[in-house]
Amino acid sequence: MYTVDYYMEPSSLDEAVQYLQKQPHAKVIAGGTDLLLRMAKNKNDNMTLLSLKKISGLTGIHQEGESLFIGSLVTFHDLQTSSLVKEICDVLKTAADYVAGPQIRNVATIGGNLCNGAPSADSAPALLALDARLHIYGPQGLRIASIEDFYLGPKKVDLQSAEILQAIEIPITDSSRCNTHYIKYSVRKTMDISMLGCAAFVCMDQDEQIEKIRIALGTAAPTPMRCKAAENFAIGKKLSSNVLYDIGELAAKEAKPRTSWRASEELRTYLVRELSQRAIRVAAYKIGR
Amino acid sequence: MNRDIKCIVNGRERVLCVNVGETLLEVIRDRLNLKGTKKGCEAGECGACTVLVDGRPVDSCIFLAVWADGREITTIEGHTPAEGLTDLQQNFVDEGATQCGFCTPGMILTAQALLEDNANPTEQEIRYGMAGNFCRCTGYQAIIKAIEKTATNRVK
Repeated sequence: MYTVDYYMEPSSLDEAVQYLQKQPHAKVIAGGTDLLLRMAKNKNDNMTLLSLKKISGLTGIHQEGESLFIGSLVTFHDLQTSSLVKEICDVLKTAADYVAGPQIRNVATIGGNLCNGAPSADSAPALLALDARLHIYGPQGLRIASIEDFYLGPKKVDLQSAEILQAIEIPITDSSRCNTHYIKYSVRKTMDISMLGCAAFVCMDQDEQIEKIRIALGTAAPTPMRCKAAENFAIGKKLSSNVLYDIGELAAKEAKPRTSWRASEELRTYLVRELSQRAIRVAAYKIGR
Repeated sequence: MNRDIKCIVNGRERVLCVNVGETLLEVIRDRLNLKGTKKGCEAGECGACTVLVDGRPVDSCIFLAVWADGREITTIEGHTPAEGLTDLQQNFVDEGATQCGFCTPGMILTAQALLEDNANPTEQEIRYGMAGNFCRCTGYQAIIKAIEKTATNRVK
């Protein structure tokens, strides 16, 4: 039994936002696979939960124009089985495949994975690499923010008072020139939290030079992060072992991992160096295939 | 705070007044007296509390009872026929896939959902699909075999 004093299930985003304005301490709950565990640990007396489950329009995946829209309540199982996700942003399916086990993937949502601010969230490096935009609904209506600006600090995200993540927008890119890959490093293949996660997005021009690149890391800093110095260095270069090596070195310099019981700072730095190279190599290999 | 929910549990409609902090596991075990669903880690890790919600395995220890409103729940009691065992259960017995038995109800339900998704899974797919159910006795080998055998016989 969890201690819940008040539970509210609004049927629209407007209703939810109005309620959150009146009750700023209410916790927004989606799948609950993270929040409920934290509630069990830190018993809080005046726990008010606002569930998003009855709000329609948060559960679908659809393509509109040059973007794919993923509702914040889409579960990891939905991501694994969506043909649109597989076709447009396979890397997100790869990330979903790595998340926990079937029972959790059936319930846990992509929105919750982002909004709890965990630096180890598997969806975060993938979405950073895809340059996703977040549709956030609040008292002033809808605002659209880059996922890059969303993470503010450990477990801290840019959700202002009474704001709710509505959807994730992923720009569609030309798969004959661009591709993405995600690697999660953990002791166990499933039911584990990443020691390090690395996603890479690579676009090649006609001369086989890197035209665009995004390298994103999870569990390598207090928040999921991009490796901008490594990216800037890579632009305009042909992929070679030397270039990849230098990219890895730069990424390792930018990362700010810490030592935890799961892995030491040194191991994580080593993993950044290694996985960034591998993720880029695989992403580049997949282009046009 | 309480709330009324209406759901179907093992084919039978149930109307229940639940506390909003109550888990589906607590409702199943303590109110409906269906003790086949086990309480293990209570943290969504071990899978002993697995039930099917609209056919999909879920850890009922971290699933609020209010979320069961309007859904169809299957526990191990609902999976088991009135007499005898299902082919999956019989294969668990025949392969020695159960020792202390604590994980078995969850294992059976997850395996059932797995085989409905994928009638002919590879060993790797079975291992991946069963990753959310822990067994501390058997070493898993017999469990994998029992599921493989069920798949093979059903496809025949």
